[in-house]
Amino acid sequence: MINRLVFENLRHRKLRTCLTALSIGFQVTMILTIVGLSRGMLQDSANRARGVGADIWIKSPDASIMSLSSGTMDQRLLDYYARQPHVTHVAGSLVALIGGVSTVSGIDYDQFTALSGPFHFIEGGPFRGPNDALIDTWYAEQNKTHVGGSVKMLNREWRVCGIVQQGKLSRLFVPLATLQDATNNHGKVTQAVLKLDDHRNTKAVIAALRTEQPDYKIFSIEEFLSQFAPENLPMLRAFINVITGLSIIVGFLVVSLTMYTTVLERTREIGILKALGAAPFDIMGMLARETLVLALAGWIAGILLTFGANWAINHFVRASLQSVITPDWWPRACAIALVASLLGAIYPGLRAARQDAIEALSYE
Amino acid sequence: MAEPIIRIRDLRKIYRLGDVDVPALRGVSLDVPKGDFLAIAGPSGSGKSTLFHILGGLTQPTSGTVVVDGEDLAQLGDTGRTRLRRNKVGFVFQRYNLLPTLTALGNIEIARYISGRKGPLENGFLELLKLLKIDQRLDHKPRALSGGEQQRVAIARALVNHPAILLADEPTGNLDTENALAVLDVLRDLNQRLGQTILMITHNPEAAAYAHRIAHMRDGRILEN
Repeated sequence: MINRLVFENLRHRKLRTCLTALSIGFQVTMILTIVGLSRGMLQDSANRARGVGADIWIKSPDASIMSLSSGTMDQRLLDYYARQPHVTHVAGSLVALIGGVSTVSGIDYDQFTALSGPFHFIEGGPFRGPNDALIDTWYAEQNKTHVGGSVKMLNREWRVCGIVQQGKLSRLFVPLATLQDATNNHGKVTQAVLKLDDHRNTKAVIAALRTEQPDYKIFSIEEFLSQFAPENLPMLRAFINVITGLSIIVGFLVVSLTMYTTVLERTREIGILKALGAAPFDIMGMLARETLVLALAGWIAGILLTFGANWAINHFVRASLQSVITPDWWPRACAIALVASLLGAIYPGLRAARQDAIEALSYE
Repeated sequence: MAEPIIRIRDLRKIYRLGDVDVPALRGVSLDVPKGDFLAIAGPSGSGKSTLFHILGGLTQPTSGTVVVDGEDLAQLGDTGRTRLRRNKVGFVFQRYNLLPTLTALGNIEIARYISGRKGPLENGFLELLKLLKIDQRLDHKPRALSGGEQQRVAIARALVNHPAILLADEPTGNLDTENALAVLDVLRDLNQRLGQTILMITHNPEAAAYAHRIAHMRDGRILEN
């Protein structure tokens, strides 16, 4: 019976119910989208790293996994790596940040393709000049760029010489020497990738390299890919926690305001229920059930909105941002929505429960 | 006379407004036997509503004794008064006070639910709905009912838990003459057929005339009954 009353009350104020559920939904979407973006971008980075086809990945001691730091190593180390037993190919790349989390990779074309295999060109072909750039299909799509067009980055105009299938190392490639010059990193690379004669030799080669270069970050491709997880990025985890905290505050405020308005508006009805013998606990219980329904409706709305946000991100800006749906976070988002909403309903609920029945019945 | 179902002795209620004490009841004593239909009449400010609220367990007296169906209200805390409202008292208000989001049946059922009763409505009560002429209007929400119908739904709601007393506060105050007479007829009928004890507060002499007895109040005292 109380459920029917709760349902009818929510139905009675359809617009307010929808707006409240939507507000909670945005709170849920905010969390799920941030998590989806984190995972999507890490997954995309991992896929592109896997796409290189290397067996071993080496970074300088002060470099970050995500290639966003300026940690570099001497380019001459590439020759040293090439001389190691079982190593068949070596390629170095210099990574430069060009805005947001977008990067460009400087590569020695022949060296890189010898290790990774040829690029799959959709349009155009390899570098023909020092200021040529290769872009991948996603970047071309998002920026509506074609071969012969230009890309502006690092205060230079680069001519697009080819569009390649996405999925290999980077979205933008320029000649290594030019990028070294543009970023004042002469003779430096950010990372080295090694191809072995047999993948089964990976452990042995890594063990040998670690003995010689204990400070360097030397990973098998499996180890390297496993690093692309939010758990391994404390900053990202902190960021997600901050967003979750903000979402709880927003949800709390929205529900608090809604339920406070509801209690004021229903003062007389609360008086009626009290006259019928409803205890303060019953009144609070009724408001708590309304809040639960709003939170659950908001949670569902939030998941649907997340699908929309996910589609929009992957459709319109997938070269810069990648998002995935994260169903494993749905229960957590539900718990967050419930906690925030129930916290928001406490004060209005207490106010309603303490409402004097006579005053409530005479409320106009 | 049968054992009184309501016994009031030297009942006083003082409201404090700012620094001023305002006495609303100044020593009311009254016995209401079971099955009585008593009208309490008097001008505004005479203390009728305060007496109504105390008898209904909506507020506590300042001093005195009020026993309703064996329970001394002066000794009851919030929980006890809530239980009293649930099981022993049925209210009928001037403004009907139906929950606007529920149907007529929903309004009746919620009172039953709150009192902890379960299962379908008893046959006797279904007969009562016919007597009240609302049995065909149960699926309608209050806004689709006339004032008279709403008040009859409120009477049904007040009686669904078989209360010891039915308290009616100006039950015809918002009704036209025809509907007012219909509601008064229903109250008298309920009293006569079911032996329902009714206390009706009114300042309308014609309405008061429907009761067995009339207690006149003025300045917080009962003048005569």
